Amino acid sequence: MWKFITRRLLITLPQIILLSVLVFIMAQMMPGDALTGLVDPNLDPATIAEQRERLGLNDPWHIQYVNWVGNALQGDLGQSFRFKIDVTDLIGQRLNNTIWLSLLTLIFTYIIAIPLGITSGRYNDTLRDQMITGYTYIGFATPLFIFALVLLWIFGFQLGWFPTGSSVAPGLTRGTFEYYVSRLHHLMLPALSMALITTVNTVQYLRNEIIDTKQKDFILTARAKGASESRVYNRHVFRNSLLPIAALFGFEITGLIGGTVFIETIYSYPGMGLLFMESITQRDYSVVTAVVLLFGIASILGALLSDIILSLVDPRIRIK
Amino acid sequence: MTFLEINDLKVHFPIRGGIFNRKIDSIRAVDGISFQIEAGQTYGIVGESGSGKTTTGRAIIGLNQITSGQIIFQGIDLADKKNKKIDFRKDIQMIFQDPYSSLNPKKRVLDIVAEPLRNYEKLTKKEEIYRVAELLEKVGLSEESIYKYPHQFSGGQRQRIGIARAIALKPKLIIADEPVSALDVSVQAQVLNFMRDIQEELNLTYLFISHDLGIVKHMSDRIGIMYKGRYVEEGSTDDIFTNPQHIYTKRLVAAIPDINPKNRAKQKTFREEVQKEYEQAYHDYFDEEGLAYDLRRQSETHLVALPERVN
Amino acid sequence: MENKLLEINHLYTSFRIRDDYYAAVDDVSLTVNKNEVLAIVGESGSGKSALAFSIMRLHNRAKTEGEILFKGENVIGMSDSRLNQVRGKDMAMIFQDPLTALNPLMTVGEQIGEALFLHNKKLDKQARRTKVIDLLNQVGIPRPEYVVDQYPHELSGGMRQRVMIAIAISNDPELLIADEPTTALDVTIQAQILDLIRQLKQKMNAGIILITHDLGVVAEMADRVAVMYAGEIVELADVETLFENPQHPYTRSLLNSVPNVNQQQDKLHVIQGIVPSLALLPRKGCRFKDRIPWLDESTHEADPVLREIKPGHFVRCTCYQHFHFPKEEEVDQSDLS
Repeated sequence: MWKFITRRLLITLPQIILLSVLVFIMAQMMPGDALTGLVDPNLDPATIAEQRERLGLNDPWHIQYVNWVGNALQGDLGQSFRFKIDVTDLIGQRLNNTIWLSLLTLIFTYIIAIPLGITSGRYNDTLRDQMITGYTYIGFATPLFIFALVLLWIFGFQLGWFPTGSSVAPGLTRGTFEYYVSRLHHLMLPALSMALITTVNTVQYLRNEIIDTKQKDFILTARAKGASESRVYNRHVFRNSLLPIAALFGFEITGLIGGTVFIETIYSYPGMGLLFMESITQRDYSVVTAVVLLFGIASILGALLSDIILSLVDPRIRIK
Repeated sequence: MTFLEINDLKVHFPIRGGIFNRKIDSIRAVDGISFQIEAGQTYGIVGESGSGKTTTGRAIIGLNQITSGQIIFQGIDLADKKNKKIDFRKDIQMIFQDPYSSLNPKKRVLDIVAEPLRNYEKLTKKEEIYRVAELLEKVGLSEESIYKYPHQFSGGQRQRIGIARAIALKPKLIIADEPVSALDVSVQAQVLNFMRDIQEELNLTYLFISHDLGIVKHMSDRIGIMYKGRYVEEGSTDDIFTNPQHIYTKRLVAAIPDINPKNRAKQKTFREEVQKEYEQAYHDYFDEEGLAYDLRRQSETHLVALPERVN
Repeated sequence: MENKLLEINHLYTSFRIRDDYYAAVDDVSLTVNKNEVLAIVGESGSGKSALAFSIMRLHNRAKTEGEILFKGENVIGMSDSRLNQVRGKDMAMIFQDPLTALNPLMTVGEQIGEALFLHNKKLDKQARRTKVIDLLNQVGIPRPEYVVDQYPHELSGGMRQRVMIAIAISNDPELLIADEPTTALDVTIQAQILDLIRQLKQKMNAGIILITHDLGVVAEMADRVAVMYAGEIVELADVETLFENPQHPYTRSLLNSVPNVNQQQDKLHVIQGIVPSLALLPRKGCRFKDRIPWLDESTHEADPVLREIKPGHFVRCTCYQHFHFPKEEEVDQSDLS
């Protein structure tokens, strides 16, 4: 197993390098460069050219790339043109918010998916199952941004149960109980609206997995041993069906990234997704580059996590 | 000239491992076997799972890469890279074990059977249909079958469609890899009889691979017994069944269920004797790695893997 | 008869195809005695496995009618909780493919232990483990204290089937149903597994139902044999009678279609036609009629019954009295003998 994990880790490294090259090339292809936003446009072109030379912007691309990676590794991702602060600091604040949002979304996703998937799979083709699959089809068909907008309108504006923006009510002191309650309150609606849509994948997957496992021969063996139906399901069917779901966990993270971009924009929740959207519209290139890089790394790590989980829980991979 | 001569054939598969997935060892699936097949005969290879019998068949037709050795088919070494360009596929065909998965379910019988024809012969549509109908008739299927799909046929019929495809190009050698083991008893008989009929009619040579000694005995003129990639014994069908010399062959023969219930006691004592000999004389038959020794000639037709006798 | 362990009376097991039910087991009556191996032989589609599954009530969506009296108690009428007491304790089953029949995510010990736990809750974990190791020993698994913690994929096919057998015998069942227990195994392993089943039968005094398509296995193992064709029993006899003096055309055809190791045959007998699918099965008259078209219509009964022609020897339909192998092939066979 350790061999498997080590090998998997070793594959991750070139993936990340490739990602960084791609992100760098994209950044290069965008109009303007690091200097465009920083210098006074009225400056003498000769001075600007001199500055460019000094900053290494005229070097061949691979030298620039090495410099960029070197800086990034030291936590220097350049400066935000809009906020005039280091990108690293900017992201630091936002990342925290997004992580909390993602975590709560994941929790909701599984709280919804596991009971629904299990019911649907165990009693497949009954009315209960048809209702649940009906929900999943609606979930597949509904675009996340429309659904989130509708929820925001109903529960935020009409009913006023939830706040309609920001991550915490203004004026609260960090660390107090009220502060955390307010944060959670701000998280609920965005997380729930995202979970309700993204969970349908997991519901369907779990349902199919259970229907599949139900028909395996070892289920017959369990029945022939004299195991009751509930034991057959709890000990054999669910356990074996949840395993691939666990493995999917890492990939959920990848899915969340796309989701947060929409959700944070709609709920004006100050996380990475919102930052990403704002930076694009404001042409804040250094931030866009940094966010894309981080999103990419998160996806790669998510896939890595999936494989590691699978290798930990499945004895067919674990024992080798 | 021998029709097909296999000399010291080896097929090794790499075992990859370690962090960088380098080759750390190899599985010696086929580990130096030699045999000859005469034209028009049926040569049986018997072995249990993992013995390398299937790999041998696949290596001959080129589905598995050969590590070393010679496959001399009508005087030409197919394993030699110089002969790579010679297309022998027309002359050697294969029949597979599972008639359910070896036929493309989305293709009509016409397309399945005509496929080799399309690859090698330029026929008009009309000629093609005529040829396929002729082939189907030969395997006992009606002309209407042409436009049907595999799932519309029973297991035995499907296997015969597979045979029709195999004989479409009038091959000289057919490698049959467990051709009847997925079929019911009565259907087995049908396919086996039929294979014998077309053998005479088309002057075919068979390499018949099976784990079932009864069927191999029924079909073969000569038999080779494989164990862990090596030959333990080779001889005429008579040699193998009436005078088995190697302990592994004896074990195989003893393990065949006897169809006469009256022989139960006899069979039991026979098995016990063989088992006793196996336990006591194991080292006379297998080397330190548990592999068979090289073959040694016992008679004109009979070879057995035994260590060099120190007399 | 206090020797009678299982008595099946007029059993029908039907499967739903589109909107109708079709009987895969069609009016089968049988008995199994203690310390007896009853073999049920037939090809695919004969209903032999459906019959075995009905006895354990393992069918998911089939309709079962009739009586399955296990020690006088009707299995079909049992409540679920009563059924779970009987399954695995009084009757147990061995399946065809030991790889798929074992849970890939549970160790050998957990799987055998579960069978013990379900019928003896008092056994603590340590005692259970000791018992599991003892069972592994009984089924001839080397190094049981090591194997107990292994997963199925770490074992060979023969070893896996031994684990299956250990599960089946863990509560000393009185009835053991073995559904093609050696079909997925190599010949030498098959011989070992059959030998093991034979030993266990002697030790446990159990009744065994052996489902198989392999006549060789029948000849070696069975005391009595039931031959099934298209959902019905066509012949029932003790093993010697069946092999020496088979009567029903289907039995005789089957015996003639396997290559015999003891003699050289030129041609094997081929049964004409195919086994019709469940929905297309003729439900009237002799079901084997279409496969022996050279016999005259009048040789068959209109409504064939399983008749005792000699004590203990039952044959269905009257066509057996007139049966002969088709003419052309008779010539071939006379050449041989």
